[in-house]
Amino acid sequence: MKGLKAVLQNAEKKVLGVSSEEVKIESYRLKGGEHDSISSLKELDEYEGELLAAGIDPEEKGRSGSFLQQDHSVVFAKSLIPGLEILSTEEAIKKHSWLDEYLWNIVPADKDIYTKEVAERPTQGYFLRAEKGTKITLPLQSCLFISKDRIRQNVHNIVIAEENSELNIITGCTVAHTVSEALHLGISEFYVKKNAKITFTMVHNWSGGVDVRPRSATLIEDNGVFISNYIFMTPVKSLQMYPTAICAGENSRASFQSIIYAHGNTNIDSGSRIVLQGKGSRGEIISRAIATDDARIIAKGDLVGEAENVRGHLECRGLMLSDSSMIESIPELKARRKNIDLSHEAAVGKIAEEEIRYLMARGFTEDEAVGMIIRGFLSIDIKGLPEGLARETKKMFDMTLEKVM
Amino acid sequence: MLEIQNLSVEVGGKRILNDLNLHIGEGEVHVLFGANGSGKTTLFLTILGFPGYNVVEGKIDFKGVDITEFNITDRVKLGMGVSFQHPPEIRGVKLGDVVEQLLERRGGGDAKALARKLNLSEEFLSRDLNLGFSGGEVKRSEILQLLAQNPDFFMFDEPDSGVDVENVELLGGITNEMLERDRRPSKRQKSALIISHIGYILNYIKADRAHVLLDGRIACSGMTEEIYNHILNEGFEGCVAKCGKEGVRCEF
Ligand SMILES: Nc1ncnc2c1ncn2[C@@H]1O[C@H](COP(=O)(O)OP(=O)(O)OP(=O)(O)O)[C@@H](O)[C@H]1O
Ligand SMILES: [Mg+2]
Repeated sequence: MKGLKAVLQNAEKKVLGVSSEEVKIESYRLKGGEHDSISSLKELDEYEGELLAAGIDPEEKGRSGSFLQQDHSVVFAKSLIPGLEILSTEEAIKKHSWLDEYLWNIVPADKDIYTKEVAERPTQGYFLRAEKGTKITLPLQSCLFISKDRIRQNVHNIVIAEENSELNIITGCTVAHTVSEALHLGISEFYVKKNAKITFTMVHNWSGGVDVRPRSATLIEDNGVFISNYIFMTPVKSLQMYPTAICAGENSRASFQSIIYAHGNTNIDSGSRIVLQGKGSRGEIISRAIATDDARIIAKGDLVGEAENVRGHLECRGLMLSDSSMIESIPELKARRKNIDLSHEAAVGKIAEEEIRYLMARGFTEDEAVGMIIRGFLSIDIKGLPEGLARETKKMFDMTLEKVM
Repeated sequence: MLEIQNLSVEVGGKRILNDLNLHIGEGEVHVLFGANGSGKTTLFLTILGFPGYNVVEGKIDFKGVDITEFNITDRVKLGMGVSFQHPPEIRGVKLGDVVEQLLERRGGGDAKALARKLNLSEEFLSRDLNLGFSGGEVKRSEILQLLAQNPDFFMFDEPDSGVDVENVELLGGITNEMLERDRRPSKRQKSALIISHIGYILNYIKADRAHVLLDGRIACSGMTEEIYNHILNEGFEGCVAKCGKEGVRCEF
C-alpha cells in the first residue's frame, strides 16, 4: 500500500501548481470551539435549518446511525446497527491499534500546508466502518458543523468498508448563519476492500466567508465500488479540492458525480481524479457546473489509465448565466498502456435561446423556461444509490435548488 | 381566428415575407405549400412571435386581438399551439414532465395514455426532450405535446417530412381528431395552419383551403385538391405561370 504514496504525490504536485491562493491558516482560531455531548440531535434545534440543508435528519428517520461534530467537538456519534462503527477519529485510534496503517496512508501528511496543519493540529473527524460482510443499505448521516465565528476546523476522517460490506453515507458540511468567517480543512481517507461498496453523498452548505480545503483519497480493492455524489449550491469564499480514487484492485469501479451551482463571489477550484491501476477497472467522472453573478469555477477531471483493459469516461458540462462569471473546464486523459479506453466530453456555454423559445412556445414564461433548463442541466441521474437514498438525494437537491433560484 | 394583413417581415436585415395576407376562420384548416426556402417557417415563427422576426409592416390579429407585439408565451396563452420542424434538444428536461405540466394547466390528464395513442412507450416519456429522437419520434413527440396542450389554433411546420407511411397515417388520424374534423363543419371550433411541401399528410386530413407561398408572398389560394393537383402536375412555379409573376393573389 505504501508504494502508492509516490504515485499520488507525483500526481498531486502537478495539480497544486495551479491551486488558488493559500489561506492564512493562523488567522483562524483553534480554541473556543468546544461543546458538550448531546444525547439527541434534536437538542440542536436552534440550528435545525442548517442541519436540514446539509441532509441531516435530526430525528434520524431511516438512518443507520449518526455522527455530528460541532466546531472542535464530536457531540454525537451513534450507530443503530450491529457491524457499523461510528466513532470520533480520536476514539477510533485509541480503540484500534491497527488504525495507524490507515492514517496518512493515501493522503500524504506532507502534501501541502493544509495536510500538514491537520497532521500537526487535528481537531477530530469521523471514523466510519462497516465490518466484514455487513451490508448496510440504510444511509448513515454525518455532519461537520461550524457554529463559532473565525475558527478553523481541522478534521481527519477515515471510512472503511471491510470485505463484502456496504456503506451508504450522507455527509453534510454546514455552517451557522451567524458565522461570518471560518476555515474548514478536511482530510478523508476511504478504504473499499474486496467486493465492498461505499456510496458517499456529500452536500456542502457553506457561506460566503468560509474557506474550504478538503483533501481526500479512496483506495479500492478487487471488485470494490466507490460512488461519490457531490452537491454544492450555496456560496463559499473559496473551495479547492481534488479528490482522488485509486482503482487498485481488479475490476474495481469508481464514479464521481458533482453538481455545482456557484453564485455571489464564490470561488471554486474543484476536480476529481480516478487512477485505474487494476486490470479491468473502470471510472466515470461527471460534472455539471453553473456560474452566475461573479462566481468563478475551475472544473477539472483527470483519468489515468495504468492497467490492461481499463475504461474511463469523463463528462464536464458548464453553463454560464452571467457575463461576470467564469468557468474553466480542464479535462485530462492519461493512458499508460495500449489496451485502454479513455474518453471525455466537455462543453461550456450559455443557455441556448432556441431552447428557451421552444419552451415558451409551450406556454411557459421565459423565467419558467430558464428554470426548467437549469434544473434539467443539473439533474444528472444519480446512479448506484439504494432507492431510499436516491430519493433523499433528489429531495436534498430539489430543496437546495428551490432556495437558490 | 387568425387574420394577417399586409405582413412584411425581415430576418437579419433581409426581407423574407412581403405584403402577405391570410385569413383563417374558426373551424377551418388551411395548408401552406411552398418550395424550400420560400418562407414557410419564417411565417410560422412570425405568427408565433419569435424574436428576430421583425414585422416591418402589417399586423396579425388572433381571436380579434392584435398580437403583433405580443411575446411567444402570451400568444400561446391566448390559445395557440405549434409543432416545430426542427425542435432543439434540451438536456435534462424530460418529455414526460413537460407533458404532465401541460396537462396540469388544463386540470389534469393521463400522460401515459396520450403517449400510448402515439405509439410512444412509457420509457420514451422519461427521455430528454428531442435528445437522440429519430425523425419520426420528433414529430410524434411534438404532436403529443399538442395533444396535452389542446389549443384552439394549431400550426404544424412540416409534420410529415421524414416520417414513414405508417407514421403519417397515425399522425394524420390523431391530428384529424384534435382538429375535430370528424364533426360537422358548423360544429368545428379548432383551426389550423399546416405547412407542408410534400403534402403526404393531406391523404389523411381534409383541409379546407390551400395556399402557395412564393418569394415571401401568397401567390395563389384555392381548394386544396385543385391546388395540390396543380402543384403535382406543374410544380410550384406552375401556379405563377397561371397567376402571372407580378400577379396579386390569384384564386384557383
Ligand atoms: N436568420 C436568417 N438570416 C438570414 N436569412 C434567413 C434567416 N432565416 C431564414 N432566412 C432565409 O429566409 C428564407 C426562407 O426560409 P424559411 O426557413 O422560412 O423557408 P421554408 O419555406 O420554411 O423552407 P423549407 O421548406 O426548407 O423548410 C430562406 O432563404 C432562408 O435562408
Ligand atoms: Mg421550413
